Amino acid sequence: MTVSAVPSEASSASAAPRGGGVRRSVLRRVAPYLQAGPLALALLVFLLIPILTIVAVSFWDYDSIRIYPDFVLTNYEELLTSPVTWKTYLNTVKFAALTWVITLLIGFTVAYFLAFHVQSTTWQMVLFLVCTIPFWTSNIIRMISWIPFLGRNGLLNSGLISAGLIDQPLEFLLFSDFAVVLAFVHLYALFMVVPIFNSMMRIDRALVEAARDGGASAAQVVWNVILPLAKPGIAIGSIFVVTLVMGDFITVRLMSGGQSASIGLMIANEISLLQYPAAAANAVVLLAVVLIMVVAMLRIVDIRKEL
Amino acid sequence: MTETRTGSPLSAGTTTGVSRRTLLKGTAAAAGVAIGSGAITGFPTIWAQNIKNVTLRQFGTGVSNLNAVADKVKEDLGFTLQMTALDSDAVAQRAVTQPKSYDIADIEYWICKKVFPAGVMQPMDVSKIKNFDKIVPIFVNGKLTPESAVAQGTAPHTVGFVEGKDSIKFAKSATQWMTLIPTIYNADTLGIRPDLVGRPISSWKDLLDPAFKGKASILNIPSIGIMDAAMVCEAMGEVKYGDKGNMTKEEIDKTLKIMTDAKKAGQFRAFWKTFDESVNLMSSGEVIIQSMWSPAVAAVRAKGIQCVYQPLKEGYRAWGGGLGIAKHLSGLELEAAYEYINWYLSGWVGAYLNRQGYYSAVLDTAKEHMSPDEWAFWMEGQPAKTDILSPEGKVMEKAGAVRDGGSFQDRMGRVACWNAVMDEDRYMVRKWNEFVAA
Repeated sequence: MTVSAVPSEASSASAAPRGGGVRRSVLRRVAPYLQAGPLALALLVFLLIPILTIVAVSFWDYDSIRIYPDFVLTNYEELLTSPVTWKTYLNTVKFAALTWVITLLIGFTVAYFLAFHVQSTTWQMVLFLVCTIPFWTSNIIRMISWIPFLGRNGLLNSGLISAGLIDQPLEFLLFSDFAVVLAFVHLYALFMVVPIFNSMMRIDRALVEAARDGGASAAQVVWNVILPLAKPGIAIGSIFVVTLVMGDFITVRLMSGGQSASIGLMIANEISLLQYPAAAANAVVLLAVVLIMVVAMLRIVDIRKEL
Repeated sequence: MTETRTGSPLSAGTTTGVSRRTLLKGTAAAAGVAIGSGAITGFPTIWAQNIKNVTLRQFGTGVSNLNAVADKVKEDLGFTLQMTALDSDAVAQRAVTQPKSYDIADIEYWICKKVFPAGVMQPMDVSKIKNFDKIVPIFVNGKLTPESAVAQGTAPHTVGFVEGKDSIKFAKSATQWMTLIPTIYNADTLGIRPDLVGRPISSWKDLLDPAFKGKASILNIPSIGIMDAAMVCEAMGEVKYGDKGNMTKEEIDKTLKIMTDAKKAGQFRAFWKTFDESVNLMSSGEVIIQSMWSPAVAAVRAKGIQCVYQPLKEGYRAWGGGLGIAKHLSGLELEAAYEYINWYLSGWVGAYLNRQGYYSAVLDTAKEHMSPDEWAFWMEGQPAKTDILSPEGKVMEKAGAVRDGGSFQDRMGRVACWNAVMDEDRYMVRKWNEFVAA
């Protein structure tokens, strides 16, 4: 039965391989595009078009009621010539830098502890999950809970006073740059821990042993072996932290008592006053600044190569 | 339709309609409704039935977009009112950018100056508004009494009327076409913690008194904050304004220079933007003197913390809100909107708002819904004979208490300026942001 079927199929198959081959090769050429299609479409609709719209609107004119399709440079002019913009950018970059340094120190230490000190994989995973517990409550709640803690009559001040350490409540604790950076570190440290931990787990333990055998001290091992190999994780974590801080507007407002400015806050203010073109111009500049920062980080660390 | 309604003898229509409703509902409380909601009557029967299917979507700030009002509308008028409460900025945004998303807008007068010229609203025909004659004259000609002076800023009467049915141009004096029906208004001043300031506060300039360094606050909503700042600078004698509500660039610069210097010297503890923030700042003792809103003062007091809404010698900064009708509304829904507005002015809501410490547009009808003691306390500035209850029935003030600032005449008669949108609005906002970022 099968035997007799073969020749009859073979005769008709003489043409089929060619057709099938063409179809298959076409499919092979098209397949990657089909696979990339959904993502490309999503990026086009939800990222590219909105950004292009923002860019277009940033050149429009407006008054207190409406926006007018036009091509004016006033929005950029007003933005870039205003000392407030520069001050605000400086302030935002300051927050980003401080937060970056502190979260990096914390992130590296925590990741190092998890990856190299904790020996059992089970405990590594358990402790890693413990790190994510703060994420079970919302950002805003975690942020706001600092306010009664740090306040003039808050838990910390009343604790310090009753312990006899200070006579006057410490004013700088709340509604200050200190409070803003503290909240940022609290909110974003995990974004540093995770990628660094991830790249540390890929480090071949044999390298560490080899370094020890070669006579390297613990500090030398960290500096010369682990740090360079954890660079991709550090780069990814840094991108997370820096972009999050640069775009933030609610943390700065709440923790500084509205007395500090950030770019995000500036944009939010402009939107709330119906100054969409000005907000769009601001957003475009912010996007450019953040992209430059990210590109600079990627210049230092070639993530693709290191992964 | 309009002719029949307005032309029909008011008294006859009212009695038949109310008795029909009273009969249908059989509620004892209908006596109050009967007086208050004369507005519901005069409908041909078909409409009175159809109207139950109508849903009106109203949005506005939290102060007056109360679910209690929506519930009462359902009970009295039969149709559904959906309430959305937003903050001032979101209200302005939504009013202009999504005009199809609402039927009735409860917006503030200074926002109206921006919103109405955008052409998203339709003026209301005064002849369809039954209690129009009884509306507090501030909203018609700007004067509480014939002798009183017109306050500076975006006074409601300056944006209260337009020139014609389809006009978006504000009229100089009252016309037949009204932009907003005033719903709620009040006179604002500084809130203080009398237990912590340690001395009597009598002037706006006390906000910048170095004695309160690091313990003062101001609100960070530019259009309102700038007016508070102007009251302060004027009280200090530093700046003389032509019109605080419409400053020149030079006046704006001078005002914000003074505020910026104070900020740099560490005068302010924080700036607040929402009601809750101001309450928290005050009740936690972070701030002991700040610009504040009267219900926020009440909220601090409700926590058992001393807080006073301090009348100041320079007078008050006032604000007001009103109901406007979206442009797209027509037919049955438009009629329902008029019914609603007439009902709004008929007393029940007025009493509700008065009991919260705000003021209602038509006082006569609100009075009928309040007890003589409540009226004496809230409106006449007399000591309360019994405990004063909030609309929800909680004790707000103990017997013997006197309202901050006294009677309606004392408070609204001493308004120095209204929240405003200036010609130099865009410049002012830029400068204000510089102040905040300084």
